[in-house]
Amino acid sequence: MHIGPIWRASLRNKTGPVLIAIQIALTLAVLVNAVFIIQQRIERINRPTGMDVDNIVTVFSSGIGEDYDGQAQARLDQTALEAIPGVVAVTSTIQAPLSGSGWGTVMKPAPGEDATRVNAAQFFVNEHGLEALGLTLESGRPFTEEDIRFPDNFNFKPESVIISRAFADALFPDGGALGSAIYDNGDSPSTVIGIVERMHGSWVNWDKLENTMLVPVVPPNSGMRYLVRTEPGERDRVMPLVEETLAGLNDRRIVRDIDTLSEIKDRSYVGDTGMAVLLAVIVVLMVAVTGVGIVGLASFAVRQRVKQIGTRRAVGARRRDIVHYFMLENWLMTTAGVGLGTLLAFGINYWLVSSFELERINALYIPVGVVLLWGLGLLAVAGPARRAATISPAVATRTV
Amino acid sequence: MFSYYLRLATMSLRSTPAMTGLMVTTIGLGIAVFMAALTVYYLMASNPIPEKSDVLFAVQLDAWDPDRPWDDNRPDQPPPELTYRDAMAMRDSGIPTRRAAMHKVGLIVEPGREGVRPFKALGRLTDGDFFAMFDIRFIYGAAWSRAADDQGELLVVLGEEMNDRVFGGEDSVGRTLTIDSRDFRVVGVIERWHPSPKFYDVNNGAFDESETMFVPLGVGDALEMYSEGNTNCWKDEDIVTFRDFADSECVWWQFWAELETPEQVAGFRDYMDNYAMEQQALGRFQRPLNNRLTDVGAWLDVRRVVRNDNKVLVGIAFLFLGVCLFNIVGLMLTKFLGKAPQTGIRRALGASRRAVFAQQLIEVGLLGAVGGLLGLALAWLALWGIKLLFPGFEHLAELDLTLVGIAILVAVVTTTIAGLYPVWRVCRVPPSAYLRLQ
Repeated sequence: MHIGPIWRASLRNKTGPVLIAIQIALTLAVLVNAVFIIQQRIERINRPTGMDVDNIVTVFSSGIGEDYDGQAQARLDQTALEAIPGVVAVTSTIQAPLSGSGWGTVMKPAPGEDATRVNAAQFFVNEHGLEALGLTLESGRPFTEEDIRFPDNFNFKPESVIISRAFADALFPDGGALGSAIYDNGDSPSTVIGIVERMHGSWVNWDKLENTMLVPVVPPNSGMRYLVRTEPGERDRVMPLVEETLAGLNDRRIVRDIDTLSEIKDRSYVGDTGMAVLLAVIVVLMVAVTGVGIVGLASFAVRQRVKQIGTRRAVGARRRDIVHYFMLENWLMTTAGVGLGTLLAFGINYWLVSSFELERINALYIPVGVVLLWGLGLLAVAGPARRAATISPAVATRTV
Repeated sequence: MFSYYLRLATMSLRSTPAMTGLMVTTIGLGIAVFMAALTVYYLMASNPIPEKSDVLFAVQLDAWDPDRPWDDNRPDQPPPELTYRDAMAMRDSGIPTRRAAMHKVGLIVEPGREGVRPFKALGRLTDGDFFAMFDIRFIYGAAWSRAADDQGELLVVLGEEMNDRVFGGEDSVGRTLTIDSRDFRVVGVIERWHPSPKFYDVNNGAFDESETMFVPLGVGDALEMYSEGNTNCWKDEDIVTFRDFADSECVWWQFWAELETPEQVAGFRDYMDNYAMEQQALGRFQRPLNNRLTDVGAWLDVRRVVRNDNKVLVGIAFLFLGVCLFNIVGLMLTKFLGKAPQTGIRRALGASRRAVFAQQLIEVGLLGAVGGLLGLALAWLALWGIKLLFPGFEHLAELDLTLVGIAILVAVVTTTIAGLYPVWRVCRVPPSAYLRLQ
């Protein structure tokens, strides 16, 4: 089969091919960019958090009145919550990780004005903190009962802290974080007694999400949050018991915001999930519309050329030749389209990168998209082409 | 003539139901996707208080860390919030018509009614000017006085929802409500008021609902109320008591001023700068002078209330609409050229080229209108899906009359433009070409 005559025949009636090429070009450009964005969002959502997200329940207790002692109540609550069957570990804190609400802090690897300052999210925990969050201790030791402080105001300086690997590396790029002192803005030292492999902090859109610091403190608050980790699969059974237990223990408080950590995480990522879903819907519709458009135009082309096809069949063309003709013709148009579409894809990506701080596209997406659209074109044209092949050579003899 | 052409158009569209269905669906999908993306964008970017937008100004003072800008990525920006003492100093200028310092607070409410357990509610600690400044209407009672702000009287204004919850919707003015274990007197109840975006405090969710309890500014000192919103500190200070916190360099207050004349704006600008220079002499404000007054519209831009993702979606939805339109051009070309013999006969019988053109164009317009209606229905469906995807953003996915109008208009206009070429092509068909074949 020769490309020359097909190409020249297409040029005689340019509109249809041009329309298909434009549609293919736009579809390719949107397809690769959208799929790239979707892929990135999915990766973001599925980043390992370092925590046992699926098995943690969190609840907030707000004490009422001046004489309410949150720290004393925390000891009672701790024992009662630990006694619930199915509970693995419990810690008190203020904010839940991944929730978008947190406590930012700045630490330095050395005292003084000139030392590098590194941001992190800090969380107050008790001696059960690591287990309650499901963190993996990489080196050093966990907090013990002796480490935990019960300060009477927020101006305390922790003697010991546990930090995440990412935070340790940011503070001490050459290693040696474990056992070292790190300093706050006022140059008060805290000793790094342990390093956890990974822990996500409070703000999922922050580029320092993995910089986290655990502080062994039961805060001087009448409001206290508890993180309750359960045995796998026990979470939903334990959840109402947590609420009941706390409410039953003291009625001078409001027990609220009972939630699972996985729901909190989902809420924080709702923008990414939503974006991925919406883009996926648009891409699917776009491919469908383009496919149907090709079917429509190809059918039209076949109908317009009934006589020519009949004539070709009459002078000896086989059915296969007719099918091949339309397939090849379509392939030529699609190829022109993907050529244009590749340029357009880079153009759109440039616009996304420069205006919206998105990432530069991985160029590998383009050949994959090209192959997909070639396939789509051939699939769409297969029906009309096969119908063309059924045209009887006899039509050549009619009406001429 | 028009109605005759319309009848012809209807007949023509009915004669090829599959083709017509395909075209209408394609237009409908294009319009639906585009409208859904545009609706969310339009509602996010809308100005929540258009009538006063250019006389209400957010106040920013740059008393931040001398070594580091507030935002490393936008070093020209001062912090969006103020320190306690700077907010208090701004209150005292006497220049704005109205002004309010404010921040979000968490309040424990004990309704004291049988069966209603104590609960926690979000409130706003602010000046009494707040209500008149933002055009908030009262159902019962009125705002508190400036004297009440200064003396920290235990007064409260309730939102309609809160009044329903606590007092069953009655006129509660003069009644007592226990908040944070103190007895507050209700002085007013306001109508439901949830500007979107929540322009006066976009810190913790620009599309959150407004607070439903408001207490006079001075109450914050008396009851030592910390912020339930954002608090940011840069300086190492020994903060033990509430007083220490209030005197610290931590920023946690929003401040709005109503400046109706250019003189007021200029005067307040001078006041801010003079204050900053005075403080500079005292060792504070060690960054370059960078104080800002920003009106509501510009404020929503500065705070990037519309997310980039929404802009990207509008762009991609627009490209999708483009694909749909090119598709329709192809389908219409098929359809009209398929009808060429009929057109040939009409031309041969004396119809002018213009008449044929007009008639075909009406057919195209009709397609657009039907497609637009289908598009609206699909857009409504899409927005319903968006509401499911984004709980809490329900009010950002509502079609309003303007948007319905825009949808129909976009459908008809784009379809007509898409139809011009096919219509022109078919008009150029010489009548003789088809008559010969008959």
